[in-house]
Amino acid sequence: MKLLNHTLLYLSVSLLAVLGLWALIFYFNMLEEVKDSIDDGLANYKMLIIYKAQKDTSMLSSAAFGAENYTIREIAPSYAIQVRDSYKDSLLYSERLNSYEPVRLLTTAFAAEDGRFYELKIISAAVNKAELIRKLLLSLTVLYMLMLASIIAINNFVLKRIWRPFYYLLNQLKKFRLANATLFRPATTTVTEFRELNDTLLSLLGRNLDTFISQKQFIENASHELQTPVAISINKLELLAERNTLSEEDVQTVAAVIQTLESLKRMNRSLLLLSKIENQQFAAEEKVNLNEVIKKMVSDFSDLSEFKEVQLLLLEDGQFDHVMNKDLAEMLVMNLLKNAIVHNRPNGTVTISISHSSFTIENTGEAAPLDPVKMFDRFYKKTADRTSTGLGLAIVKAITHFYGFSIEYHFSGNHVFRVGVTGQGS
Amino acid sequence: MKILVIEDEPAMLEVIRQSLQKENFLVEVAGDFSSALRKIIAYNYDCILLDLTLPDGNGFELLQELKKMNKTDGVIIISAKDSVDDKIRGLNLGADDYLTKPFHIAELNARIKSVLRRKVFDGKNTLELGNIMIDLNDRTVTVKAEQMTLNRKEFDILTYFMANKGRLVIKDALAEYIWGDYADQANDYEFIYSQIRNLRKKLKEHDSGIEIRAVYGIGYKLVVL
Repeated sequence: MKLLNHTLLYLSVSLLAVLGLWALIFYFNMLEEVKDSIDDGLANYKMLIIYKAQKDTSMLSSAAFGAENYTIREIAPSYAIQVRDSYKDSLLYSERLNSYEPVRLLTTAFAAEDGRFYELKIISAAVNKAELIRKLLLSLTVLYMLMLASIIAINNFVLKRIWRPFYYLLNQLKKFRLANATLFRPATTTVTEFRELNDTLLSLLGRNLDTFISQKQFIENASHELQTPVAISINKLELLAERNTLSEEDVQTVAAVIQTLESLKRMNRSLLLLSKIENQQFAAEEKVNLNEVIKKMVSDFSDLSEFKEVQLLLLEDGQFDHVMNKDLAEMLVMNLLKNAIVHNRPNGTVTISISHSSFTIENTGEAAPLDPVKMFDRFYKKTADRTSTGLGLAIVKAITHFYGFSIEYHFSGNHVFRVGVTGQGS
Repeated sequence: MKILVIEDEPAMLEVIRQSLQKENFLVEVAGDFSSALRKIIAYNYDCILLDLTLPDGNGFELLQELKKMNKTDGVIIISAKDSVDDKIRGLNLGADDYLTKPFHIAELNARIKSVLRRKVFDGKNTLELGNIMIDLNDRTVTVKAEQMTLNRKEFDILTYFMANKGRLVIKDALAEYIWGDYADQANDYEFIYSQIRNLRKKLKEHDSGIEIRAVYGIGYKLVVL
């Protein structure tokens, strides 16, 4: 869920609670206030009626609520003494509305000039609670909707604007590559938090960059420091082997040592290559046509395939273009193709098919499938082959991973490797 | 032929010197930047082997000095740095070739001879030995005025051996020459053996006057009969 929608969700839920509570308090306060106001009116009215009744005795005989909204009836003096002013809610049948309507009723007693006691009842129209609740709910719903609408509007316009530096930074981080670190530019903002984020990111990336550079230097130094002694050893042994004073047995021992040093050299080179790929040190990218690369490799390997009596078949269903480093593209194809030729059988075939977003290399060979989990691991070897470094497929894996390609292996009697752009069918 | 080797590692310097002397080159050595610079200024060389990392300076600077002086000495950079950037920079600065350590002596010989041919024989790029003549520009081989057809790999192997005439070329060096860098599982000796066998047969059939001899099963040697 997006940040904007999160705010919206939380706001709408809390707003509902706040509005509900507010409506409840408002309702009771309002009701109390209206009641007070009606009661005040009734008390006032009472004074007027009693005052009038002292002069106009005809008023003393209105027994029912008619045109007037009061009744007066005579009561016994003993009863009259107990009477206190009482306000209560009551219902009165309304002719006009043809239903019982809520009224406020004041009951009191007074003594007239004739010395007799009378009971006075006054009514006044009261608030219809059901109606009030209904109206209140309606208004609140409308208010709630309006508020939600304005929050959405605010979210979309104001919040998006406020969070713009954040999204900008996020985008920068997504694109960030250690190999070309100049790309990162801090966001322009006056917001303290975003300024802090800017500074933190800058220092974090700066530190990473320093580590990266020193690691890169270490790799180069390690390469230099290791390659030179190996070079000296190999060349000294080569000179030694040329000496005529050595016996055949000695020369063969020398040759065996050279071979061991050779595999050390190759392993060192492959490991350096792997860490270079993983450290993203192949920055120079261009639009590479994989068809061209594959054709070049097929022609380079034609001698070997002829010697191995393996037939190379190339099927092109489309042009596979991708922006990548050309050396890595060649290395990727070369490693896969070489495996397909070397681990083949006489009169076997290697079929390469290229589509616009993938290429597949299928070869005949051993009848048993490779271990799909371990095969891309470093130093994975099917056989105890001394000439193999076991790094070829690890290099393939590193290159495909670097460019976000998918690499799949399956065994259908033939060994099939498929390299493709992810998210697109072939 | 005078060759200057600029290399800070004494042991490396020594093996290169020994090997080049076997080829009857006149070899001079320099172990650091300043002595190398003095020698470059004072003398002319046919070929300079240049290590990039020197204790008191950078090989690239020597290369720049050399070009400033308008010297035409051939330059082969020999470096343990195997980065594309360095290669491109070196070649852009006017180096003739770039060789990554570790290399085989036979490979170094082949590269030096190729540079010398380009410098000395001004465009005409041929090799002659026994009855055989190779034109490296047209990639053709003639024996006694008669064409000998070789496939691409056989041709490369023959020129490699001619650059290392009389020297032992071990199988690993040959394999690496044929496959280049980064080829995992590069040592397919069977394949090399079959290429050599075909080449020998053709050399013999055409009475080329040269022969590729196996040496104790560890390598080969080209000899003039």
